[in-house]
Amino acid sequence: MLNISPEEIVETLLMVHQQHLDIRTVTLGISIGDCGADSSDEMARRLYDKVTHAAERLVPVCEAIEREYGIPIRNKRIAVSPVAVVAGRCACDDLTPVAEAMDRAAEAAGVDFIGGFSALVHKGVGAGDDALIRSIPAALASTSRVCSSVNVASTRAGINMDAVARMAHTIKETAELTADADSIGCAKLVVFANMVEDNPFMAGAMHGPGEADVVVNVGISGPGVVRAVIAAMPPEADLTAVAEAIKATSFKITRAGELVAREAARRLGVAMGIVDLSLAPTPAEGDSVAEILEAMGVERCGAPGTTTALALLNDAVKKGGAMGTSSIGGLSGAFIPVSEDAGMVRAVECGALNLEKLEAMTAVCSVGLDMIAIPGDTPAETIAGIISDACAIGVINNKTTAARLIPAFGKHAGDHVSWGGLLGAAPVMSVSEWSSATLVRRGGRVPAPLGSLRN
Amino acid sequence: MQTRAILSVLGADRVGIVAAIATALAENSVNIEDIQQSILSGVFSMTMLVSVDEESHPFEEVQARLADVAEQLGMQVTLQREDVFRFMHRV
Repeated sequence: MLNISPEEIVETLLMVHQQHLDIRTVTLGISIGDCGADSSDEMARRLYDKVTHAAERLVPVCEAIEREYGIPIRNKRIAVSPVAVVAGRCACDDLTPVAEAMDRAAEAAGVDFIGGFSALVHKGVGAGDDALIRSIPAALASTSRVCSSVNVASTRAGINMDAVARMAHTIKETAELTADADSIGCAKLVVFANMVEDNPFMAGAMHGPGEADVVVNVGISGPGVVRAVIAAMPPEADLTAVAEAIKATSFKITRAGELVAREAARRLGVAMGIVDLSLAPTPAEGDSVAEILEAMGVERCGAPGTTTALALLNDAVKKGGAMGTSSIGGLSGAFIPVSEDAGMVRAVECGALNLEKLEAMTAVCSVGLDMIAIPGDTPAETIAGIISDACAIGVINNKTTAARLIPAFGKHAGDHVSWGGLLGAAPVMSVSEWSSATLVRRGGRVPAPLGSLRN
Repeated sequence: MQTRAILSVLGADRVGIVAAIATALAENSVNIEDIQQSILSGVFSMTMLVSVDEESHPFEEVQARLADVAEQLGMQVTLQREDVFRFMHRV
């Protein structure tokens, strides 16, 4: 007996074929805790063997699921344990060989990105962390698939301003080393506050120490579907009705993610981790978070009211998604990357959206200052100031925030950069010329807020 | 192993659509359990609940055969496992 209505079948087909519904990523988290060694070369060898073995069937299994369920899985990716933690045993200054082994392993597994060239330094910098951060520029310049992330702040620890400043210099150095490709290295480097252990999305994916040996995490998609649903509503529909429509849509999108996560875990014989409810845009026309906000009623993303619309969207997506899975995890908040979202790019180009508005939007969504090209000559202290502002929002509000800034080497405000593929293209945005150097150079730690004392 | 799946067919109406689809299904040991079909403004729309015998004809093989039929008919033919619809549209 056909207990699915033809209308529901057609709706599903439309979601996939016209509204870009897909599973944004199936990310295999792999512990490399047993790959520590006395030398970086030996660690690299062990890591390569572990990752290639664990991820051997990832791509074919995902491709079979795509075919059988008719829902594209856009990206298949790998996240490993934070390399800095494992590198503690290795008394070496340069972890580039480990990054290169990650790159080769990703290529062998057929995935486009591998995350986990990461360190957590929100309270202090250990030997492994120090080596990793020092290695980031060369590692990102000599690899194409490796993503790096560093956690510099947390609600429980406060903001490690020394680490923030060091990451700002690291970003500048990475930009210079990859200048011939519009400083693409920085597009693979993200600085976090309250980093999560099960994020399936790049560049911040890593496999946390609290995870099982190998797990499948899934990131949902669906900006295009949500936009289409809102666009089909009459302009007089009130905001409660808009939220209801988003919730209902989010449920369906999340269920697709839950199904894929369960099936991928079963077929791979590993644990199912989480479903990340983040709405993640792509540069494809119509697959835009900015266009959802515009469909809700702001003339251009960035106009007054944009933060309100984003807050409503983010909350409604979670409420609908919470009915769809009991395994919510990762970042689970809307992404608002500039270069990866055609609507955001348009908003920047016409002057509706600027860095300060994006910072405000960060307060009500997930990673806020994401894929933002800034002038190559922006002082490191200014970059540190921008990062610490994002961290402050995360630390005080007990949420994840992050910054993925690209000081495009040799470029100025108004120029364009293009990285291609999912990373997209963007105008170089202007940055405040008022200095934050004295604040940043004070260094030390911004103490944890009173709100962190919850026990 | 019997896998329940939804077959959807969409496109301009013409003679022989049901025959071509049903023949391809029969040749691949796919059993039709339910059919709903309509024509609206010349657009043919059909959804079928079917069982695919994956031991004799793997899912991928049936999909490939239906893709050939879709090309011959000039229509959109999609075969998807049934649970995706159940998951997405039922609490």
